[in-house]
Amino acid sequence: MNRITQKFDELRQAGRKGLVGYLTAGDPDPGASEKNIRTAIENGLDVLELGVPFSDPTADGPTIQAASHRALRAGMTLGKSLELVRRLRRDTAAPIVLFGYANPFFRRGYARAAEEAAAAGADGLLVVDLPFEEKDELCPHLDRNGLFFIPLVAPTTSAARATKLLARAQGFVYYIMVRGVTGARERLAADLAAQVGLLRRCATLPIAVGFGIQRGEQARAAAQVADAVVVGSALVEAAQKGTLATLVRELRRALG
Amino acid sequence: MTSVTDKKGRFGIYGGQYVAETLMPALIELDLAREQAKTDPTFQARLAELLKTYVGRPSPLYLAGRLTEAFCGARIYLKREDLNHTGAHKVNNTIGQALLAERLGKRRLMAETGAGQHGVATATAAALLGMECVVYMGETDIHRQAPNVKRMELLGAKVISVSSGTRTLKDAMSEALRAWVAEVDTTFYVIGSVAGPHPYPTMVRDFQRIIGDETRAQILDAEGRLPSMIIACVGGGSNAAGIFYPFLGDAGVKLVGVEAAGLGMATGQHAASIGAGKVGILHGSKSYVLQDDDGQILNAHSISAGLDYPGVGPEHALWADSKLVEYCSITDAEALAAFYDLTRLEGILPAMESAHAVAEARKRAPLLGPDGVIVINLSGRGDKDIETALAHGGGPAGGYP
Repeated sequence: MNRITQKFDELRQAGRKGLVGYLTAGDPDPGASEKNIRTAIENGLDVLELGVPFSDPTADGPTIQAASHRALRAGMTLGKSLELVRRLRRDTAAPIVLFGYANPFFRRGYARAAEEAAAAGADGLLVVDLPFEEKDELCPHLDRNGLFFIPLVAPTTSAARATKLLARAQGFVYYIMVRGVTGARERLAADLAAQVGLLRRCATLPIAVGFGIQRGEQARAAAQVADAVVVGSALVEAAQKGTLATLVRELRRALG
Repeated sequence: MTSVTDKKGRFGIYGGQYVAETLMPALIELDLAREQAKTDPTFQARLAELLKTYVGRPSPLYLAGRLTEAFCGARIYLKREDLNHTGAHKVNNTIGQALLAERLGKRRLMAETGAGQHGVATATAAALLGMECVVYMGETDIHRQAPNVKRMELLGAKVISVSSGTRTLKDAMSEALRAWVAEVDTTFYVIGSVAGPHPYPTMVRDFQRIIGDETRAQILDAEGRLPSMIIACVGGGSNAAGIFYPFLGDAGVKLVGVEAAGLGMATGQHAASIGAGKVGILHGSKSYVLQDDDGQILNAHSISAGLDYPGVGPEHALWADSKLVEYCSITDAEALAAFYDLTRLEGILPAMESAHAVAEARKRAPLLGPDGVIVINLSGRGDKDIETALAHGGGPAGGYP
């Protein structure tokens, strides 16, 4: 069974909400990045979203843009990101989702990238700029290797479109709760409960909500309606400040 | 013969819609509006009227006598897009897109710009239709195209300086896409080239094909025949797509797209995506992209801000593969020399972008000989480039008859 499915089954049986955390591979350098990721997992991350750095991250705000550029300057590549997955996989059972943009995967060749990602121990891919209309060029390669394609749903997605997007989706649904790029925000979307409620009618998969969550109280509020929360920019910032363990513990506590 | 767009906006393997899910509903809505507008006589009549009485179309096709003499060969005609209102071909597209924005009930336009021509043309359309306008422009370009920044501001647009990455067109477009995600409900994104996600490449080509349609009628009128060759510069590729498209099926008409070779192809400091790029995905579509083996986008370089972009419109990628169009490149130095050729011989100050096409014509004219007829798409005027030209030495002291 895919580790993602297994993890969400466990969470559901335990009556707990999931903590999905994003960190950019290789930020600020490969060594420190690996250490930070281990810290996050040890302190209670349920699912790791490992950012594969890209030169032109058009869906990311300043925090993750800067993290990508630091990683690239330190020599990070898709190949080295997969190396990192391999090393992490030696001693962690946490599901790992590669989070990135299409071009590095496309350049490497989708078939090769999928094979290598599976061999390294990844469990899924989340490709921000590969919407439903374009996913068929990648998905058969993921299927062949037992990897999940994690679908994104936005506040602009209609119910009819969400039904189409999620018809054969696997793993979990990532609901982007705001119109905008990634980045910590002061408030959760006002219509979050209503939106997730609508999404429940189209989705049987667990729903993770993200974009903007930076504190325990926000995570707790979001988890009232969702099965998991995604925290990205706030973790990247905490890693820079040396407060990553504290933040992950705070989020974990807030989620019960 | 012409390339076929399927419903996903594919040109062969190129094109597509590689954007975040948040933007997909807006692209689908735009595609529908564009299709409906194409067959709506009221929309088409309004567009035609504005192009005629406001933009000043048709733009003239001018037989450049002194240039023909100096280039020692084919007769050279200039398609004078530089004479359009706002000084470039960009306005053909921005008026069209602004009318579509109005149709969709959106009162705020946003745009990315390199040379500033598209920014000015968008700001102009916004003023004309009483809309708000925001333009994203790289910090480097804000400096090298300062007159256009002032024009945009005078027109009431807000120019946002982009200081990330290359600080040129590539990052202006990335930043515009980011901003659009947040404002997609209220804002219409006016893309300036045949680039970006479907339907932009097709839509922009359709708005720009008027250049080629007019050229066809004008050259038949002047010469009683079609031209032997049409030359246009290619950054994203909208002026080239516009003039080439109606001639794609004509076997006797050679179509030549000119990319920017910058400091020289061997230096790596250029913007020739077709000449030296590999297939990749950038800013919403699949096309030729300057990139490294890891799929990271490389920085482009060109003296011309409008060509300084590491990608190219997806339809050009297909035309290159199928050899419907020949693509070549011209260096900064060659473009600068051609800038002076046209200035001193014809009294026409070309945009540095268009000067690349003039430089290519200089090479081709003798090869075609006196029986040849070349049309150069003079896509814009060079007022914005005065500082750049002066910074590069101010031109030859003599040498022109």
